[in-house]
Amino acid sequence: MSAIPDLFAKLRAEKRKALMPFVTAGDPDLEFTAAVLQEVVARGASLCEVGIPYSDPIADGPVIQASYTRALNAKIKLAAILDMLGKTCPVLGAPAVTMVSYAIIYRHGIERYCDDVASRGVAGLIVPDLPVEESPILAKVCGERGLSLIQLVTPTTPRDRALRICETSTGFVYYVSVAGITGERTQLPADLIDNVGWLREQTPLPLCIGFGISQPEHVKLLAPVADGLIVGSAIVKRVAEAAEKPRDEVLKSVGDYVAQLIAALG
Amino acid sequence: MRTASPAAVSSPPATSQVPDAQGRFGDFGGRYVPETLVRALEELAVEYEKSLTDPAFKAELDELLRDFVGRESPLYHARRLSERCGGAQIYFKREDTNHTGAHKINNTLGQCLLTKRMGKTRVIAETGAGQHGVATATACAHFGLPCVVYMGEEDIRRQSPNVFAMKLLGAEVRPVTTGSRTLRDAINEAMRDWMASVETTHYILGSVVGPHPFPRIVRDYQSVIGRETIDQCRERLGRLPNAVVACVGGGSNAAGMFYPFVDHPEVELVGVEAGGRSDKPGDHASPLTYGQPGVLHGSFSYVMQDDDGQTCDVHSMSAGLDYPGVGPEHSYWKDSGRVRYTSCRDTTAMEAFDACAHSEGIMPALETSHAVAMAMEMAAERPKDDVIVVCLSGRGDKDAMEIARLKGVNYG
Ligand SMILES: Cc1ncc(COP(=O)(O)O)c(C=O)c1O
Repeated sequence: MSAIPDLFAKLRAEKRKALMPFVTAGDPDLEFTAAVLQEVVARGASLCEVGIPYSDPIADGPVIQASYTRALNAKIKLAAILDMLGKTCPVLGAPAVTMVSYAIIYRHGIERYCDDVASRGVAGLIVPDLPVEESPILAKVCGERGLSLIQLVTPTTPRDRALRICETSTGFVYYVSVAGITGERTQLPADLIDNVGWLREQTPLPLCIGFGISQPEHVKLLAPVADGLIVGSAIVKRVAEAAEKPRDEVLKSVGDYVAQLIAALG
Repeated sequence: MRTASPAAVSSPPATSQVPDAQGRFGDFGGRYVPETLVRALEELAVEYEKSLTDPAFKAELDELLRDFVGRESPLYHARRLSERCGGAQIYFKREDTNHTGAHKINNTLGQCLLTKRMGKTRVIAETGAGQHGVATATACAHFGLPCVVYMGEEDIRRQSPNVFAMKLLGAEVRPVTTGSRTLRDAINEAMRDWMASVETTHYILGSVVGPHPFPRIVRDYQSVIGRETIDQCRERLGRLPNAVVACVGGGSNAAGMFYPFVDHPEVELVGVEAGGRSDKPGDHASPLTYGQPGVLHGSFSYVMQDDDGQTCDVHSMSAGLDYPGVGPEHSYWKDSGRVRYTSCRDTTAMEAFDACAHSEGIMPALETSHAVAMAMEMAAERPKDDVIVVCLSGRGDKDAMEIARLKGVNYG
């Protein structure tokens, strides 16, 4: 149970913030996914989110959707993703969590999924289509295996509900910056800082903000109010260039981008 | 939540007292959606509940159903078709006579009234066959609400008359080019729109699928079909029918027809899924017949998935049945044994279309033709004084061009 709490305890003690890149497993192939994970951690990422491709991701915008479709078209199966995680996580030097639809967890078997990722060294789960009301069984199974189950709070979440979500979340709380799907935004909502500020006072859990973040200016703006920032589509878009460009060039561009965002964390 | 595979024998009998407050029909249903949508779904459930005890709401809906839709819809004795089958008497519950030509309008008017009640100012919908799209566009025009309909490119091709109708009614039709470009992808895209527009927009889901409370609300609005059928049978025949048959895509016409019969165990209920080309995965759209329980589009129900939980591509010649999932209440009825589900091939449904058109002068929708085919098969094996009612869910005008293409005929 300690990888993610330990990470944030350490970061808080050192007054540092986390940058958390999101990478789609298997786009364009699992070997490159492993290389990207290692590269972003080498460049200072504190935690990695590994997206398990899903056929019907309703919370995702075009960039992540397309990466899932490419991976599924390339016949990337869960078993192969678990293999890759088993080789990568133990030597990554930063915790990794899977971002995974409940459709996949249920079909694989709730206990089996948690056993399988825990034994590969994965530290937690984000399940974007499992609201708190539906999560008690998974939360229990995660708890028994030392996995964090990270819950999401959004701009449409009423405040009393946000409190309940914080009570059930483990590892950190994922604050979704915008009402909408994943994807880069030029502008973030005006009341975002206030809403996050309010939530921060309600929970001792680390608070990380995701959805829409892509520019160093976003990072500068949000780092002071958050424990970590999650960057998805902007990374996935760069990784996707590996389909046409030399891989070392793409790795470097992803690494440079991550380093640039980390510099903006302050 | 279930962990084993279903066993009808061990399940308790179905009741009409479902769903519970969490939207569960036995094990099925629930609400598997992003947190962003939860508040809107809770608000919808609360407003719907309030509307049930508001006499003005009910009066407005009843008046619309009578004067705008043309209810009640007739119960029609299909004499020549019955004779042709040589057994039981086939009756049609004529939802095809509704304004816009299908059962879908029963639901869209109710949900448009809810939209107004919630103070929302924009409507979105998905559509497969285009009937729900047309019914939503129609209701929105009636209430002066802007309307966007998501429709897969493949369905835009095969149901083009309905695309024109939606546009003529003032709706915007947004083509969906992801995945299989059919109903499933249209639902994904409508959900994504709703993720960003949920504060001001109501999503009028067109079948008994999706997260709680949609399966219940749509069933309730469609239940007028079964209630009228019960009254008409009692009045005309002095008794209930022996059997009731309906086609099952997402399952709304079937749910509306079956629900009032659930507590009449002497009436046999038969749901017909799309059997497509064969029983091989990918060749049909029959999750209740060949699938297993899993999660799709916000609810736990039977679904066609691979062993990783990825939704499978499915096939039906009828756009309205070409869907890998099904409403959770149908899964509940299946496991409890209350409803029998079967599957009907494209070719058999096409033969039933022809038989119905030629013997009765009624062109059923291709979706509906699946139910007609099953009723014909059942009628042939049953005594002459048995009564089988088919939910004639919609008219086939929309399919004329596609039928010509499928048959390779030029009727021009
Ligand atoms: C005439 C008709 N019948 C049946 C269906 C299938 O939907 P459901 O199963 O929700 O009734 C459709 C869907 O478009 C339809 O247009």
